[in-house]
Amino acid sequence: MTDVSAPQVKKRTGFQALEVDTRLLGMIGAFLVICICFNILTEGRFLTPRNIFNLTIQTVSVAIMATGMVFVIVTRHIDLAVGALLATCSAFMAMLQTRYLPDAFGLGLGHPLTPWITIAAGLIVGSVVGAFQGWLVGYLAIPAFIVTLGGLLVWRNVAWYQTSGQTIGPLDPTFMKLGGINGTLGETWSWIFGIVAVVWALWALWSARRAKIAHDFPVKPAWAEATIAAVIAAGIMGFIAILNAYQIPERRLERMFEARGETMPEGFSAAYGLPLSVLLLIAVAVAMTLIAQRTRLGRYIFATGGNPDAAELSGINTRMLTVKIFALMGFLCALSAVVASARLTNHSNDIGTLDELRVIAAAVIGGTALAGGIGTIYGAILGALIMQSLQSGMAMVGVDAPLQNIVVGTVLVAAVLIDTIYRKKTGGR
Amino acid sequence: MAPLCEMRDISISFGGVRAVDGVSIHVNPGEVVGLLGHNGAGKSTLIKILSGAYKADSGEIFVEGEQAHIASPRDARRYNIETIYQTLALADNLDAASNLFLGRELTNWMGFVDDDKMEAETRRIMARLNPNFRKLKEPVSALSGGQRQSVAIARAVYFNAKILIMDEPTAALGVHETQMVAELIQELKKQGLGIFLISHDTREMLELCDRVSVMKNGKLIGTERVEDVTEDDILSMIIMGKKPDKAA
Repeated sequence: MTDVSAPQVKKRTGFQALEVDTRLLGMIGAFLVICICFNILTEGRFLTPRNIFNLTIQTVSVAIMATGMVFVIVTRHIDLAVGALLATCSAFMAMLQTRYLPDAFGLGLGHPLTPWITIAAGLIVGSVVGAFQGWLVGYLAIPAFIVTLGGLLVWRNVAWYQTSGQTIGPLDPTFMKLGGINGTLGETWSWIFGIVAVVWALWALWSARRAKIAHDFPVKPAWAEATIAAVIAAGIMGFIAILNAYQIPERRLERMFEARGETMPEGFSAAYGLPLSVLLLIAVAVAMTLIAQRTRLGRYIFATGGNPDAAELSGINTRMLTVKIFALMGFLCALSAVVASARLTNHSNDIGTLDELRVIAAAVIGGTALAGGIGTIYGAILGALIMQSLQSGMAMVGVDAPLQNIVVGTVLVAAVLIDTIYRKKTGGR
Repeated sequence: MAPLCEMRDISISFGGVRAVDGVSIHVNPGEVVGLLGHNGAGKSTLIKILSGAYKADSGEIFVEGEQAHIASPRDARRYNIETIYQTLALADNLDAASNLFLGRELTNWMGFVDDDKMEAETRRIMARLNPNFRKLKEPVSALSGGQRQSVAIARAVYFNAKILIMDEPTAALGVHETQMVAELIQELKKQGLGIFLISHDTREMLELCDRVSVMKNGKLIGTERVEDVTEDDILSMIIMGKKPDKAA
């Protein structure tokens, strides 16, 4: 009875040995098909470095919130207030950096601490508002749908009230660096980041394999492991290469040199490289994936989503868990508010309008089940990317605005239908 | 010697209905005590007070002679009271190891959950309880009733339960799997655990238990040693709510 042998695993051959998530492959496939179709329809304008650069920075704000929405939906809740909360945080941060800090606190314009105080305060406001909504849901047992439907109206108009409906700008120059095109790593640092990311990914793969061997678990054949490593490395470096291929326009470079009181050398060129906002999204994605897969908090989120009663009987404080999830969602809304307002270089009254629907759609297209218990962070980000490429692709092709929304709505429903059929076929829920 | 676990004069009401009314039961080490009664007799409610899911309106609980304060499932676990629920309290979307360690995950030095170690431990305990158990990586929704039950039992065994509560452990199981659970109960008994067993199957209860307590309408009708009573006696206690007439 004591001898424990590793279970007999059938030798898997060929593609199966890679043990990749077929669902993820399907989504990447769908994304590639969309990209190639638009590229043909726009006669090669869709897959240019410039457009890919724009696509990534347009996706960041929704993608950041979508990662938080995964946790909300996994625990069988919903958050309809994310767009409105983004507006409240954005309005608060815009007022703080342009009015309150320079005037009321006497820091003056352009103080080096202004952007950091603003961001910290904005993140606190977002988290507190989120935690409050979570408390209403978890402890007072008001359905999340109702709490956040009310929140949608409340926070949208708190934003309006704060700014009296005005557009607030220009924002702090350092703050605006987080928006996308105004703050990029540049060519060299982008390459360095890419190399570090590849090394880290390879190390993670290798240590996971070592841990499995240490416990006598079956591992993939070495060639399969090497293939996956090669695909990951090629993907990361390819992405960096594309972003580095987007050259800063000559006129803009000239102005940058003029601003520093220099003249541009003949034939000088520079690339944008990785935008800071995309770097932020990558950091959020890594952190949220770690939370989901490697922490107790993540384990409890998925357990509660799978069977709330079982979670409660296992000694998990599901009420406090709800507060934490909504607080995290609020924190991410504030982070998205930084990116969104910095990208637009000002706070406008309609910022984040309808974002709640985009965020929920991104999470759902990414495979998050509204019934709870199932969802992935990378899926939600990929979902956001698919939504964004559909929208900007159709705009480039010149599809009429009403038709664009009709297509996006249809795609959302179709994606869930395909997912439902896929889950039935593979024996999941 | 003080009993391993004693519930003394427990009462609880839900909206004016006395679900449990002044019931006292106890279990000794290495003993199986059965709880019998109709649906709604209050068996599950009584046992949920011990497992921390409900809080009694009045009454006291003693574990190894000391008064115990149980306000939540977490408290119950601190007293080494483990529960296997009728409804199989497992998170369907997680795998066996995640369920086994739910609420008590093993973590590594960085504070991250150590999935590999948990899987290895699960493999070890499963080899003892149910050697046919292979589906370690799959969500428990893909498992059969017996396999799911063995995950729930493994949870109790792994964490060194002293007092085990089994609420209809065989209700969802086939013949072979029921036999497996019965053997397991004997094994745990030998190890000195005290077990509260709830079931509808009177014959099964007479086989497995040392003593049986019968409840009706929230009240305890009586507790008898199994060798002193027949199945008919028990049935009349369940149905009529009367103790067997010893003189007859």
